[in-house]
Amino acid sequence: MQWSDQAIILGIRRHGESSVIAEVMTSGHGRHLGLVRAGRSRAMQPVLQPGNSVEVTWRARLDEHLGEFRVEPIELRAARLMEKAISVYGIQALGALLRLLPERDPHPHLYKALAVIVDHLQDPADAGELFVRFELAVLDDLGFGLDLSECAATGRCDELVYVSPKSGRAVSREAGAPYAERMLALPNFLSGRQNAADHDALAAAFRLTAHFLNRHVYEPRGINASSARDGFVQATLKALSPASPSAA
Amino acid sequence: MAKRVTGPEIEKLIQLLAKVPGLGPRSARRAALHLVKKKEQLLGPLAEAMGEAHRKVRICSCCGNVDTIDPCTVCTDERRDQSVIIVVEDVADLWALERAGAMNAAYHVLGGTLSPLDGIGPDDLNIKGLVDRVGKGGVRELILAVNATVEGQTTAHYITDQLEGMEVKITRLAHGVPVGGELDYLDEGTLTAALRARTTI
Repeated sequence: MQWSDQAIILGIRRHGESSVIAEVMTSGHGRHLGLVRAGRSRAMQPVLQPGNSVEVTWRARLDEHLGEFRVEPIELRAARLMEKAISVYGIQALGALLRLLPERDPHPHLYKALAVIVDHLQDPADAGELFVRFELAVLDDLGFGLDLSECAATGRCDELVYVSPKSGRAVSREAGAPYAERMLALPNFLSGRQNAADHDALAAAFRLTAHFLNRHVYEPRGINASSARDGFVQATLKALSPASPSAA
Repeated sequence: MAKRVTGPEIEKLIQLLAKVPGLGPRSARRAALHLVKKKEQLLGPLAEAMGEAHRKVRICSCCGNVDTIDPCTVCTDERRDQSVIIVVEDVADLWALERAGAMNAAYHVLGGTLSPLDGIGPDDLNIKGLVDRVGKGGVRELILAVNATVEGQTTAHYITDQLEGMEVKITRLAHGVPVGGELDYLDEGTLTAALRARTTI
């Protein structure tokens, strides 16, 4: 068995004294693990850092084997990601999200989205918005997609300001008014009313996705959200806070 | 089935030596044979030294270092500047920095880095001990000497977040060209970091 594909490194785990088991998100083979011999060598360590784009060749005798990766660097962006808290937390949080998906299950659109996000992780507004959209895409692929296109009660496509915490469907201002306290806020940039995401809209968006991830994924599986997500959310909101020098 | 050529005691010695980093089954066999041949000069003193180390070795309750006394030799050394703490991932890093002898400071050993893939979270590391140590006061600077890996830097940023609001200067090691390194063989990220941190000659 052998294939080659483009991939982004998600994480590595030491294996023995000189090798590592690399976890990558590939374009056509989903999240995949493989042994990299001499992966702890001076030449390979900078390549096998989360966020780097690589070309991997996977080889194994049988399909169900762990197999071996041969890794060639394409774009090494890990050093850039390490500079800021937002990007370093971001790449770890993205990896944690992708670990919710089954191994070796192809999700080419998530790979494409990941390739875009890792290049925008240093900009808080872009990174925050793209991250929220990525979480929604992961929820969708897990079978728990939100329907934010029309009101669940009236079918209207305008004035969508709430999301039902139970059904995950958008609700218009008028229909949701009596239950406003129990509703989740639908940020402007997710309902198409505004393009740029600001501090408050992103805070609401992070609450929205956290609610559905907890409800449909973390709680049923008995796991907690990654601490990297908390770090990413805090770093993003801090950078976009009106008091922050970078937001001015 | 292969015939046994040694007694169970020597076989056990070989099996245990094979678990030491750098030794495989063959080299463990060679090491065991050497020890057995030098029974009086090497095997006996080594067994005694290992037994004594096993009895006395402990983790320093202050910094997480490995020593035979608690607090450890580094923490009780009055000649060190205890207001500067170098935070390292592992005891091996502490020893490496001590070999360099560049700083006369105190240390704090985290015991690893945050690693989602290995399931290592903040509670598995000695981060709370560090926050408590800084919170007691008397610490002027914290040098985060963690590895230049994404996991190492995630840990560094996490520690920085935990210490937010405390009056302590937090610095980290520079990233750049290693001594003896050839530019042609360096990755783009390291080169960029080195150029950004350039100094005037």
